[in-house]
Amino acid sequence: MFNQDIVKPENLVYKKTDVLTNNVMHYCPGCGHGTTHRIIAEVIEEMGIQDKAICVAPVGCSVLAYNYFSVDSLGAAHGRAPALATAIQRLNPDHHTFTYQGDGDLAAIGTAETIHACNRGENIVIIFINNGIYGMTGGQMAPTTLIGMQTATSPYGRTVELNGYPLQITELLSQLPGTYFVTRQSVHTAAAVRKTKKAIRQAFENQKGKKGTSFVEVVSNCNSGWKMTAPKANEWMVENMFAKYPIGDIKVDGELVQK
Amino acid sequence: MAKELKLMKGNEAIAEAAIRSGCDGYFGYPITPQSEVMEYLMAEKPWEKTGMVVLQAESETSSINMVYGGAGVGKKVMTSSSSPGISLMQEGLTYLAGAELPAIVVNVVRGGPGLGTIQPSQADYFQATKGGGHGDYQLFVLAPATVQEMYDFVFLGWEIAFKYRNPVMILSDGAIGQVMEKLYVGDYVPRWTDEELKKNAPWASFGKPANREHHIITSLELDSAKQEQHNHKLQAKYREMEEKEVRFEAINCDDADYIFVAYGSSARIAEKAMQLGKEKGYKIGILRLITLFPFPKKKIAELSTKVKGMLAVEMSAGQMVEDVRLAAQFRCPIEHFGRYGGIIHTPQEVLEALEEKIIKR
Amino acid sequence: MAAKGTVVIDKERCKGCGVCIVACPKSVLALAKNVNGKGYNYSEAVVDECIGCASCAMVCPDGVITVYKVK
Repeated sequence: MFNQDIVKPENLVYKKTDVLTNNVMHYCPGCGHGTTHRIIAEVIEEMGIQDKAICVAPVGCSVLAYNYFSVDSLGAAHGRAPALATAIQRLNPDHHTFTYQGDGDLAAIGTAETIHACNRGENIVIIFINNGIYGMTGGQMAPTTLIGMQTATSPYGRTVELNGYPLQITELLSQLPGTYFVTRQSVHTAAAVRKTKKAIRQAFENQKGKKGTSFVEVVSNCNSGWKMTAPKANEWMVENMFAKYPIGDIKVDGELVQK
Repeated sequence: MAKELKLMKGNEAIAEAAIRSGCDGYFGYPITPQSEVMEYLMAEKPWEKTGMVVLQAESETSSINMVYGGAGVGKKVMTSSSSPGISLMQEGLTYLAGAELPAIVVNVVRGGPGLGTIQPSQADYFQATKGGGHGDYQLFVLAPATVQEMYDFVFLGWEIAFKYRNPVMILSDGAIGQVMEKLYVGDYVPRWTDEELKKNAPWASFGKPANREHHIITSLELDSAKQEQHNHKLQAKYREMEEKEVRFEAINCDDADYIFVAYGSSARIAEKAMQLGKEKGYKIGILRLITLFPFPKKKIAELSTKVKGMLAVEMSAGQMVEDVRLAAQFRCPIEHFGRYGGIIHTPQEVLEALEEKIIKR
Repeated sequence: MAAKGTVVIDKERCKGCGVCIVACPKSVLALAKNVNGKGYNYSEAVVDECIGCASCAMVCPDGVITVYKVK
């Protein structure tokens, strides 16, 4: 190691937050889940809301998210996280309830819960990880799987004839009056991570101001499911996923900024 | 406690009890014949009186998961529905049981299977007492027979639910839900303060203070050795309920030759049948079950050695009768009688069934 | 002139995914030839060019990188 002599508290510029536990995450090497967890935890630390934050974990790769966030947590049944969060936040209006859900959980089995929580304008934060695949169960097709993309259940590539279209649920949710902030970000570069963190901070600030539903999609990689190295998966994501799922704010302060 | 006399439907009594028992949240979805529960709550606006949250969900799947969320943060939360809706809730119920969360779920049973009918039935006994969802678990099941009991069992339900950290089902039926009767209501029990919640539900995920590790509410345990241990713990809890919480009413059982075993509406019909039988010279008693789980196995075993026969009276094709037979170990003849699919049997039919199936055999 | 930053990598927690290597503007990082206890070729600094920008730490999914910089 170089420059050992500058390893001093006064020179510290970046260190893992204590709002993340020291448990080793079970995610595959290079998976965006870990990065997203980390910046959520950083926002919670920076806002000083650890005692009021309630994490609702989904079913899917992030089913064990509650092992990593050092905040009181609940594990929901598949797709039901927004229903849990609805009740938790209504029963504790000054808390910061957030769900953390993947594309299968949020956009397939939990579509009804997602849409209705957003339509009621529940004062919750929804973090949506979209990697176009079911990771935990072994790389099956998700509602967000791209056309032509090979998965365990679309081994010859997804076709419209057989499987219909990739679901842009984030755009769909932005049309609901209950959503106050809808954005799509990514965590593949340092700059992207900073933007996503800013978006997550905005979401929790909106919640503090009781503005309604804030929805942050994070387009992410699934190097295991996509069968690529992590850096390669990030490149593939930029080239393919971003075309269907373009990065940027969709709705800010209750107003659509993108059509 | 000051008592006030009221005239109410069973469904309204559930709602009134929710408000008066310090319930924090009700999450429901309309379905006949229980829609009055939420209608009453929405008209009463308890959020203005006690701060209780009332919300109409998009489905029963969602309402039971709202209950799961509320229960997970230590709140007194409940829902109600009727048979098809309760079927949708089975996922949530097994998660509640697995995560050991207290909650009250009311089933105002209607005739099935499928969409069935909107008339009263008792054909959800298996679903209520044998789990209903996947895995080894039990709901604590209370069977009200009067509007008063619809009210009282909400209070009892909170006690049991939090004592055992287990979901409680109030298994009613369309008749008890719809009938208007007088009932006494008591003073308002205040909702728990934050401090009381932390004392009464110290395990809950109500927000992590700096001085403890974070709480996790889940039914997931991937290590099967630990999952087996968790199951042992659940089973021990169910055995403790069987030891301590069995509730029933034995009416004229001491010198009876014949026993009607029944619960809810059927117990009331059996009571009239008992009177009709007395006029004919039969010595009939009634064992009215109040808890369906835990089931009064010992009482039934004891009675089975003393009587000439038992008739399980239930508005189903014969569900509770299986548990009666198991408990009685065939020490006396045990038969089933009941109309079903939404038809309510008459006292005459019940007495005739006793005569045909047991007395004249 | 010596570089003004440095990284401390918790090599036992590193999964060797390599996203930090791509993120580093100064090409300071590379995967080690050695493996850690989990069998991963962990990330390590191989040249003395670190500017303490923390880009590597930003993209690290496992939060294993601590960054120091002379201010």
